[in-house]
Amino acid sequence: MSEASSLSWSRRQGLGGLLACVGWAAAPARAQAPPANLDWAQLYGPFTGGINPTPERVSVVTPRLADNGLSVPLAVRVDSPMSERDHVRRVVLLSNRNPRPVIAEFELGPWSAKAEVATRVRLNGSQEVMALVQTSDGRWWRGTAEVEVTESACMDAS
Amino acid sequence: MRPDMLARIQLSSPPRRGQAMEVRLLIQHPMETGFRYDFSGTSTAKNVIHSLSAEYGGRVVFRARMGSGVAANPLLQFWVLPNESGDIRVVWEDDQGVQGQVSAWVEVLPP
Repeated sequence: MSEASSLSWSRRQGLGGLLACVGWAAAPARAQAPPANLDWAQLYGPFTGGINPTPERVSVVTPRLADNGLSVPLAVRVDSPMSERDHVRRVVLLSNRNPRPVIAEFELGPWSAKAEVATRVRLNGSQEVMALVQTSDGRWWRGTAEVEVTESACMDAS
Repeated sequence: MRPDMLARIQLSSPPRRGQAMEVRLLIQHPMETGFRYDFSGTSTAKNVIHSLSAEYGGRVVFRARMGSGVAANPLLQFWVLPNESGDIRVVWEDDQGVQGQVSAWVEVLPP
């Protein structure tokens, strides 16, 4: 808006414009407030049916410090014989700070031979990443890893 | 199937019968989160590879459901027990309905 045009405005118009600006600025500020870390129980609840997974057998391997949240290598290893009777059925990757907390879901079976999956993930800031694992007996296990992210993904223009 | 959706499979070599074989899969895909804006200020639509499955020896050996939390040009590493020589074939689909596939011949050597 040029200065000349704003000077020619009436006081009422100017006030209305000012209020509109305030309203416009307040709405996105609320929407983009720094996301609070989500509650883990709420995240794994829909998968496990409200049961707390046991914090054993699962290890999440990530770099402790990730320079760039756009691509963080992440591997999940489960202590499992991967036999017909005892194997990993599902692996779910969860983030408690991403706008979409469920990162990915993998299905394995006894033919996988090794209970190990690796991928690269986007992380919206420093946080804990959780791997939720279901074994063939229907039980759920979890493992977490803390990642420090210097440049986060998702919410900026990337 | 779109030929410009590039993908590559790498197998740990050589695959031997009864020994776990590592499969590394790399797909060229932007994995658009839907949170990004282009230069004109319009938001780009979310477009990620939402489901992927790998078939080998007449069964699905690996299945993945992914969201925008997976980095662009997704890399997936998983393991398969090779029993007999055959194709490992991976198919996937993104949010725009574009399907892609890649396959590799697994020549299984005796242990």
